[in-house]
Amino acid sequence: MVLLVPDSEARVRIARRIAREFVAQNRKLVINLGVGIPTMVANYIHGSNIFIQAENGMLGVGRLAAEDRIDRQLINAGRQPVTETPGCSYFDSATSFGMIRGGYVDATVIGAFEVDEEGNIANWINPAGKQLGVGGAMDLVTGAKQVIVGMQHNTRDGKAKLVRRCRMPITGYSEVDMVVTELGVFYFKAGRLVLEEIAPEVSLEALTVLTEARFAVSKDLKTLPD
Amino acid sequence: MSDRNKFFGIEEALALIRPGARIMIGGFGLAGYPEELVQALAASGIKDLTIISNDLGSPGVGLGKLLTNGQIKALIGNYYNWNPEVAEAYNDGRIQVTLLPQGTFAEAIRAAGVGIPAFYSAASAGTELAVGKETREFNGRTYVLERAISADVALIKANKADELGNLIYYKTARNFNPLMAVAAALTIVEVDEIVPIGALDPESVVTPHIFVDIIVGRGRDGALGTG
Repeated sequence: MVLLVPDSEARVRIARRIAREFVAQNRKLVINLGVGIPTMVANYIHGSNIFIQAENGMLGVGRLAAEDRIDRQLINAGRQPVTETPGCSYFDSATSFGMIRGGYVDATVIGAFEVDEEGNIANWINPAGKQLGVGGAMDLVTGAKQVIVGMQHNTRDGKAKLVRRCRMPITGYSEVDMVVTELGVFYFKAGRLVLEEIAPEVSLEALTVLTEARFAVSKDLKTLPD
Repeated sequence: MSDRNKFFGIEEALALIRPGARIMIGGFGLAGYPEELVQALAASGIKDLTIISNDLGSPGVGLGKLLTNGQIKALIGNYYNWNPEVAEAYNDGRIQVTLLPQGTFAEAIRAAGVGIPAFYSAASAGTELAVGKETREFNGRTYVLERAISADVALIKANKADELGNLIYYKTARNFNPLMAVAAALTIVEVDEIVPIGALDPESVVTPHIFVDIIVGRGRDGALGTG
């Protein structure tokens, strides 16, 4: 299928839009970023009031480490070498997930294979794949105060990822609060999926075709900014 | 008053591991795993091991070597996507794999060390990972009963040990190591450096020495090496 928004542009747009969500709150926030597009969110967060937590035991994760500054004992949960920010701290894995389970993490940003109309998310395993692992996804979606999914709107072969009911194994039930794709921003409000922002590349009709899940449209529908 | 009885060479330490042992190994990816102990375990060829660890390194690298060598009977852990040989071995029926959410896995190890046999967590409720597990409602939410995970031996990595076995760690190499030190019947630590008693600030000690049985220094000097 022809992509409405090229891959790299889509990924940057999603990451920037999620970063804006945090910066706009203008308060101290602790956030956890999953691998892929979610990690890119860090590139668009400015200011010292947002603390990035990595579940492998660090609060205050900085930028990815430059080639000549790599310390292989200092990594994020995606195994990427990172840097420290002033005031950062290290702790063991039980303390790390204590923060998550205990409600000290304001938001988790994660990718997904599927999100459905009930806010269920499937992102931990593709049964057709050759992988075996769950990571911190189940702990994060049940523990973080806000669950934000950052993902491209459709699969590479054009299938919907916002679906009526998840077909893949579920990570968490009714946990998703917000979904950001390159084509739209959706919130779960009172148990309903609501489109709040739409990209300039699509009409509402086209977006409805590309989205298997049924959604309401905000009375105050905005354009998804770049 | 240093505890010289705790200083072992790597071969002496490995001699304490029996075929069929349940072994916890610290680390997350390639950060904070006891590299020399794992190499020696791979070289030993000891078989039928149950390995309890966050992941299994990469194919043939780090803990991955133990699988390549056919030394593993079962895995209990969290994330094997970095090593596709795990899914292959599991699908071929060569190994058993028990997957737990990462936070549940960490807490189960912590619990084992501190005398808590089981606990409830909301993570995984209703999912495939909770099949067959007891559940219970608290305050309107479903929780899954998770059992503590103990082991015969823990192989962990720390940055420095003093001569009693007090440990401090380095950055994200800490991860599961302090939890495993407490959870296993026998704890063997590989350290970058051994320092005199009093050289570590008591306020900075993460693992008090009573949890450490054997100290192996990195490098050719073995027991007394400072790597």
